[in-house]
Amino acid sequence: MAATRYRAPVAEGLCVAPLDDLVAIYHRASGLTHIVVAPVPELLAAMAGEWRSIEALAAAFGLADDEHAALIERLDELVAAGLVEAR
Amino acid sequence: MRHVFSVRIGPVGFRVGSDWRAPVAALRTLYAGYPTPDDGIADYNVRLSATRPWRRFIRPSVAIAGDYMLPDAAPLPLAHGLLAAEMAMNLQLALGERRFLLLHAATVERGGEAIVLTGESGAGKSTLAALLAARGWRLMGDEFALVDPETGLVHAFPRLVSLKNAAIAVVRAALPAARFGPLMAGTPKGDIRHLVPDDTAVAAMQVPARAVRLVFPRFGFAAERRTVGAGEAFVRLTQASTNYVALGERGFAAMTRFVRETPAMALDYPDADAAIAAIEAEG
Repeated sequence: MAATRYRAPVAEGLCVAPLDDLVAIYHRASGLTHIVVAPVPELLAAMAGEWRSIEALAAAFGLADDEHAALIERLDELVAAGLVEAR
Repeated sequence: MRHVFSVRIGPVGFRVGSDWRAPVAALRTLYAGYPTPDDGIADYNVRLSATRPWRRFIRPSVAIAGDYMLPDAAPLPLAHGLLAAEMAMNLQLALGERRFLLLHAATVERGGEAIVLTGESGAGKSTLAALLAARGWRLMGDEFALVDPETGLVHAFPRLVSLKNAAIAVVRAALPAARFGPLMAGTPKGDIRHLVPDDTAVAAMQVPARAVRLVFPRFGFAAERRTVGAGEAFVRLTQASTNYVALGERGFAAMTRFVRETPAMALDYPDADAAIAAIEAEG
């Protein structure tokens, strides 16, 4: 079985508003507002409209091998929130 | 319905129909200085109906209905008919409004600059707004601030100011010449008495203002002031808005703009004098 890949909405699918230390994101497809902090906006931007593997995302952010589990946790939270698709 | 009353409060027109004369008569007296809806067409209809036909005579109780309804809204005794009317009018706006972003907040204005006070029931919004009005501020509203998504300006909604329990005596002392409605004792919200907004508030109710300060007051704590960031203000205001979700992306844009342009502070206060002093120092 192939490794899980993740995809975020294209840039036009989100309205992103940095507000001091928080970032408000309006998800046009669902009409839901999400309140997030770094590195979520950066993560979403790195896979906007493109299926990316854990390895590719970890490399993009310069993560070490032992940090992959934390990245998967964050991604799974975003999948549960409906902001990211997984396959 | 047997008894009908129409009024415009700020930009919003209401038509209230009632099975009984008393609540409509009270509204007519208290809203005597207000205009009627533009072109005679109300934005919202409110119905105060007997819970059962015979209940119009025997232990009369008022059921609230209108264009928008909460299925589990409990009926109120007729003695609290005015409260029922006010609650029903608020409910129509809270559930039905689509033109403005609604914030559950009191607003006062001076020199074209508005201060928006938001918080849960009991935070002191109505009391502080009334006391600021006694000090020369224009009362724009004690319940809803109407934010225009196009301009970002706050529009007034100066309905009757709903004073509860100890606040009634405090505001009567500060505004001895003001007009008040009847005392309604023992309502689900405690004792309630309505303050009629002054002539200035009614005459200028079509005039919007730019919010220069957003305040989150909290009554009953040691005096303390804290700057609130735009992110926290956004979270708290989305919870304090009754129609944020319904407005979709317009609501998101209006809300993010509002919290970016309006500096916010949390204000704990032990008594009204301390709060008024802190707010006037900021405004």
